[in-house]
Amino acid sequence: MASMDALARLMRELEDQLVVCMRCGMCQSVCPVFDQTGREADVARGKLALLNGLMEQMFDDPQGVYQRLNKCLLCGSCAANCPSGVSVQEIFLKARAILTGFMGLSPAKRLILKGMLANPRLFDRLTEWGARFQKIFTRPVNDIVGTSCARVMSPLIQDRHFRTLAPVPFHRQVPAIDRPAGKSGLKVAIFTGCLIDKMFPAIAHSTIKVLDHLGVGIFLPENQGCCGIPALSSGDLPTFQKLLCHSLERFNQGGFDFLITACATCTSTIHEVWPKMADARNRDAATQLARRTMDINQFLIKETHLRPLTNSTGKTCTVTYHDPCHLKKSLKVFNEPRAVIEATPGCKLTEMAEPDWCCGMGGSFNLQYYDISKGIGMKKAAQIQDTGANVLATGCPACMIQISDMLSQAGAKIAVRHPIELLAEALYE
Amino acid sequence: MIADSLVRQFKTIVGDDNAWTDATDLHTYSYDAAVVDPVQPGLIVRPTTIEALGKTVCLCNDNGLPLTVRGAGTNLSGGTVPLPGGVVIVTNGMKAILEINEADMYAVVQPGVVTAKLAAAVEAKGLFYPPDPGSQAVSTIGGNVAENAGGLRGLKYGVTRDYVMGVSFFDVEGNLVKSGSRTVKCATGYNLTGLMVGSEGTLGVFAEIILKLIPLPAHRKAMMAVFESLERASETVAAIIADRIVPATLEFLDNFTIRAVEDFSKAGLPKDAAAMLLVELDGHAAQVEEDAVRVEALCRSMGATSVRVAQDAAERDRVWAARRAALSALAQLKPTLVLEDATVPRSRLPEMVVAIQRIAKRYDLTIGTFGHAGDGNLHPTILTDKRNHAEWERVEKAIDDIFDEALKMGGTLSGEHGTGLAKCRYLEKETSAGTILFSSRVKRALDPKNILNPGKIIAAKA
Repeated sequence: MASMDALARLMRELEDQLVVCMRCGMCQSVCPVFDQTGREADVARGKLALLNGLMEQMFDDPQGVYQRLNKCLLCGSCAANCPSGVSVQEIFLKARAILTGFMGLSPAKRLILKGMLANPRLFDRLTEWGARFQKIFTRPVNDIVGTSCARVMSPLIQDRHFRTLAPVPFHRQVPAIDRPAGKSGLKVAIFTGCLIDKMFPAIAHSTIKVLDHLGVGIFLPENQGCCGIPALSSGDLPTFQKLLCHSLERFNQGGFDFLITACATCTSTIHEVWPKMADARNRDAATQLARRTMDINQFLIKETHLRPLTNSTGKTCTVTYHDPCHLKKSLKVFNEPRAVIEATPGCKLTEMAEPDWCCGMGGSFNLQYYDISKGIGMKKAAQIQDTGANVLATGCPACMIQISDMLSQAGAKIAVRHPIELLAEALYE
Repeated sequence: MIADSLVRQFKTIVGDDNAWTDATDLHTYSYDAAVVDPVQPGLIVRPTTIEALGKTVCLCNDNGLPLTVRGAGTNLSGGTVPLPGGVVIVTNGMKAILEINEADMYAVVQPGVVTAKLAAAVEAKGLFYPPDPGSQAVSTIGGNVAENAGGLRGLKYGVTRDYVMGVSFFDVEGNLVKSGSRTVKCATGYNLTGLMVGSEGTLGVFAEIILKLIPLPAHRKAMMAVFESLERASETVAAIIADRIVPATLEFLDNFTIRAVEDFSKAGLPKDAAAMLLVELDGHAAQVEEDAVRVEALCRSMGATSVRVAQDAAERDRVWAARRAALSALAQLKPTLVLEDATVPRSRLPEMVVAIQRIAKRYDLTIGTFGHAGDGNLHPTILTDKRNHAEWERVEKAIDDIFDEALKMGGTLSGEHGTGLAKCRYLEKETSAGTILFSSRVKRALDPKNILNPGKIIAAKA
């Protein structure tokens, strides 16, 4: 381990961003983790004070700071509510990279990130292998939510009710597409995203159906990788840079107008994080692609003049919408997904209390702090059930996994869907 | 360093999960929202029952450990900055609203209840808890009472003090003391409630607070008036009051703040305006509408260049968005923001605003001023960077001068942020040597070992 002086010097890079926090404490009102624990080290103000303390060498415990820094959903609620405009997410990602560089990545994370995620083809093969064997270890538990649970006690799965891996991932079903603009005159590139590819191929199929219906051309390059946020949030900057390069190569052709994704986290990572975290040689390319990147709902409402459709099936359902943090707080996208639901025949939108309160997923946070994650998620599940809706829609597959787990454990009979799935079904039934 | 055996005793009281001594955790309780140096405590305890709270206080006293009670740590005068190696008692484990009594119009709460959550719970029953400090989304009732917090509605509705009907608190030995009652009238015993409100954790530790509630106003109306001169704006404030109209809020923004808000939020504010007044009337619909017409006419006759009356909830939101954005807009300009709250009699407001501008020029500083014009409580907001030592020295001189000006006009050092660490050395200037002596004697009698948040209000001896 290098010296504390060396660490303090590295932290100085963050000084100008750190001093912006005036310790007003307003982040306490919106932090889902602090809401559960009431501990100052769990809220942004406390974490920023700790980073400042390391920089000023006020105490000597980088391991302790690292641990507390990682106890965060990276939901961005604090930044969205911050009177001083502290770039909380950027500071935390950079600090995680500095501290990971200082102390080294844990062996498990090294294996997952460097050994698997950094090699998209290997990652694909491993998950396909997993999909074939998962039935042996799991059994269905809630047909309507679509969840399973462990057949036998498992320390990793615990009492989770989870969505299983798709039998055949999306990239096997549709390896690549390149077709020109139709009547809309627009062409988009699709960034599939790992969770949609491997767990929710129906969302990708729905996206393509709706784009076809609207006469939007599609460029879907093969061998897509991860957006890089799991690596970055673990402080693994080299793997992030490798994945970014991989993606930039995939999307440097195709002549498209916009890059769209149906995953809130991928959209926000590409749009907000890529330009800030890309290394110098990729920064311009990443920034240019980021500027053209949009959430699918936002694209449909802003660019395609989506009109309400007539109900051919006569089916009706009551839908309540959960705002993914990475859409509402990072990108200020919250009207568009609701507009898509309202344009969908047979769907009646009803609002839950605090629709933009985080679901508690936060990627690896859910693995490390399942109790807190579940505490946050069960509050969300209760608010969803209070609406009486029979469908929960949300624009993020990670939120879908978490909310499915919570609703299923609460014994709710509520389907968990992406708005684009609802729209696509209404088109073709 | 607190001995392990003693830490174990605290853990026995509050539970293993609610006492922390890790240096990293300690560092996160070394500050509050005031611009003062952080101080590392020795132990954090988070009692979850009132009984545990009393025992914690007693154990601190038995061992001579200084203790500082902390709600949300939003204090702007350093009142929640602990003593070196001292104990911090966090109240957010005691946040129950114990009772909201509609018939008798009061609420009983634990100290850790968040102000805005109480306000919302009360409003759901058609009642109203008016004090609304700027930090209400996170601040706690315990902290509000300990600091006698104010807010935007002071002019018509008063401050926290005006809503405290009674308190129960632990004295330094952990005895439970009760004062006041659930009745409108109560004439028994000393008025200990009055002593405890604003005592900043130096005399006892709150266990339970009884708050007065009032009926929720049926109707609200907001408007925004723009002026070409400061004097016109403040004369309008005086004219509104002289006409026997008492708005719920009557807020003021100076030109610097207006420009900052406009650059920040692009709300369409006139950047060349010298001052803006934001007015909200509330009460019975007919009365509010009638008063609104009168206020609008007054603003125009006093020379307002434009008056915008909100016609619906959305427009009302837009009026208040400008005020809400003031602190953010200023905060984003420089890294360090010093938010002062020197207060003068309402009629001296124009003089005070001019004096602040003079002080800004004298020390070559950036100061934006906004605040509660209706009650003379201004927020001169000094924008600086604490890392710039030369400028920071000028900031300290400017603060001295602001206090001097406020006192010269018959005002006070603090309208609503409290004395804490930041203002205790000025307190004698506002009061008298006798006041400090009297206060010290009260403190010594009630806290002989001087462990209850020492150094706040009464300055620590050098």
